[in-house]
Amino acid sequence: MTHGKKIILLLAAPLALLGSAAHAALHVFACEPEWGALAQELGGPLVEVAVATSALQDPHQIQAKPSLIARARNADLVVCTGAELEIGWLPVLLQQSGNAKVQAGQPGNFAAADFVRKLDVPGQLDRSQGDVHAAGNPHIQTDPRNIAQVATALGARLQKVDPAHASEYAQRTANFSQRWQQAVNRWTAQAAPLKGVPVVSQHKAFVYLYDWLGLKEVAVLEPKPGVEPTASHLQSVMAALKGTPARMVLYAAYQDARASEWLSKNAGVPAVKVAFTVGGTEGAKDLFGLFDDTVARLLAAGAKP
Amino acid sequence: MHKLLPASIALAMAAPFAAQAEIANDLSALRQEIEAVRSAYEARLQALEQRLKAAEAKVTDPAPAVASTPPPSALVAKGPATAAGPNAFNPAMSLILSGLYTRTSQDPAGFAITGFQLPTDAEAGPGSRGFGLAESELGFAASIDPWLRGAANIALHPDDTVSVEDAYIQTTALGHGLQLKAGRFLSGVGYLNAQHAHTWDFVDNPLAYQALLGTQYGDDGVQMTWLAPTDQFVELGAELGRGRSYPGGDNSRNGAGMVALTAHTGGDFGDSHSWRAGVSVLNARATDQTLSGTNAAGVSVNNAFSGTTRVSVLDAIWKWAPNGNATRTSFKLQGEYLRSTRTGNLTYDLDQTNLTDAYRSVQSGWYLQGIYQFMPGWRLGLRTEALDAGSPDFGANTSLLAVGNYRPRKHALMLDFNASEFSRVRLQIAQDRSRQGLTDHQVFLQYQMSLGAHGAHSY
Repeated sequence: MTHGKKIILLLAAPLALLGSAAHAALHVFACEPEWGALAQELGGPLVEVAVATSALQDPHQIQAKPSLIARARNADLVVCTGAELEIGWLPVLLQQSGNAKVQAGQPGNFAAADFVRKLDVPGQLDRSQGDVHAAGNPHIQTDPRNIAQVATALGARLQKVDPAHASEYAQRTANFSQRWQQAVNRWTAQAAPLKGVPVVSQHKAFVYLYDWLGLKEVAVLEPKPGVEPTASHLQSVMAALKGTPARMVLYAAYQDARASEWLSKNAGVPAVKVAFTVGGTEGAKDLFGLFDDTVARLLAAGAKP
Repeated sequence: MHKLLPASIALAMAAPFAAQAEIANDLSALRQEIEAVRSAYEARLQALEQRLKAAEAKVTDPAPAVASTPPPSALVAKGPATAAGPNAFNPAMSLILSGLYTRTSQDPAGFAITGFQLPTDAEAGPGSRGFGLAESELGFAASIDPWLRGAANIALHPDDTVSVEDAYIQTTALGHGLQLKAGRFLSGVGYLNAQHAHTWDFVDNPLAYQALLGTQYGDDGVQMTWLAPTDQFVELGAELGRGRSYPGGDNSRNGAGMVALTAHTGGDFGDSHSWRAGVSVLNARATDQTLSGTNAAGVSVNNAFSGTTRVSVLDAIWKWAPNGNATRTSFKLQGEYLRSTRTGNLTYDLDQTNLTDAYRSVQSGWYLQGIYQFMPGWRLGLRTEALDAGSPDFGANTSLLAVGNYRPRKHALMLDFNASEFSRVRLQIAQDRSRQGLTDHQVFLQYQMSLGAHGAHSY
């Protein structure tokens, strides 16, 4: 073998590796950890999942940083919440990725919120109302029944973008849906004592959770969605709680706990940190753990004695 | 329950006049009636539940886009409020409103950076004193078809003039990490150059940008970028343009008056740190570009430059936020070094002497700035910068033009408050020594508001 050939081979080897790696698995780019976990459940060894954000980050406020652009460039499927949750960063990320497969409207672009019924759809759109989302509240992952609907749709989408493995995706999706339904039944039964329990939320992040469990939101610590709690607003919440006492105050793992802790101390109600997504708390290791942990925390704080 | 109300009113009115037995009869009749109402409601509830279940089952057969479950309760509204009819495809529109109060200790009239010859209409220095409207910007953006998108930003200047800041079309479907842009756009050289004024962290752009790139280099032409298929961010770009603004000068040529090459790379260190760094080169050609300079006697003269300018830029930015969550605290450190080489002919004093000879200069500048968000909405920033005018070779004009070794410097401190991501109020104080022998103490108070659609910001 001549030197020239050797050099060409040496140069080609990493490229060949790159090529084979790209074909080995379907590259899924998930905006939030819950969709990363779901794609992993439905795709198993067939997918390689990159998650853009962690449970400790505010999904509204992410920057289109270089590492994310690079990962979006190589994705076969982008799985995000949609409903304008990622409007501040995803459009520029997709634009800069130069990846035709994952642009809006393509099969490689999956928005979970398209497949569930949305709550809190504003009747009036005006920024004087704070950071409102025209399409409705985007935090759909706090209701496991929504996860079930998204799973079905995502399973179908995986079959579409990777038809060679369609039967495997179908099988994995059916298997997951069955296990998930059993788990939802279990959680719903466990959480029955929470029905009608009055609660306070730090951000309007839990409407789907409340809708599922029948919790009653009596106050919100943010004066408007996305606006930091102010001292005067916290005082007015305190005053309102005198008339309608709440059993607990909920905040998501990514949020600053100070406002909730202040209320907890001054109103004498427990502050409950909710994982909000996979990885938010020690127990929320996967999607099942997420709801095991959420239901356990709510029961510990708020079930009737 | 409303059926109960007339019944109970009737009962209450009848009671004083009726006998005990009649009351008992009425009561049992009422009970029956309540029972009937209750069973009717239960039946309706069951029917509703069944409809809901049926609808949920339907969702298992996933239909894209529209949520398939019909609204089961009053909680659900009727989808987002979108415009129907011919307006439904209107581009996303945004309006930036900005106002400024400026106080300077030196008169900004006739501002010039010592040692740097700039075009007579260059946007350099603190601008005019007192109250003023800063640039208002009207933006439009939308997809054109499945393969292209378009965007335009129209700047409305405080002196009632209008300019097209950018107006371009961009491919969305080339794939392979490739993107092509055509039209008028801000060049991708450096870090700050491509950023619109409303995203700057200070009221003004650094001196190095003012002196070497005409504040911000925009051009009419084409841009191609390619993103490497690696986990490490590597982006290469090439631009061709007419060279319509400083350091270029309008050329009546068929070929390109500006060629730029850019290379950027970046990534993360853990969850909390991210960075980007790059190197860029911009070559621009100018013909009879009128520059305002200072002669050996300290008098302002108009000169003309013909030749080429090469601007090289090194840029780096590092951002930190605890666990990547910038809601409460974050920090960003950013710096750039610019170096400009001009080679060609310079005509000294167009109006009188009018003497032309060879000209070559190497000038450079840098800035370093840090922005610290210390609580939600509040940011504090510090910027320090310097320029080096070098020792230009004016050929035969050497004795006529001023050559010094003065190094312009400037320091700025800013504090801004962002009540929401759509509004910003900023206070900036600066000590500007860009004019030899003059130290200008500047105070700026600025607001910047974003109305309507607010596109995502780049890194």
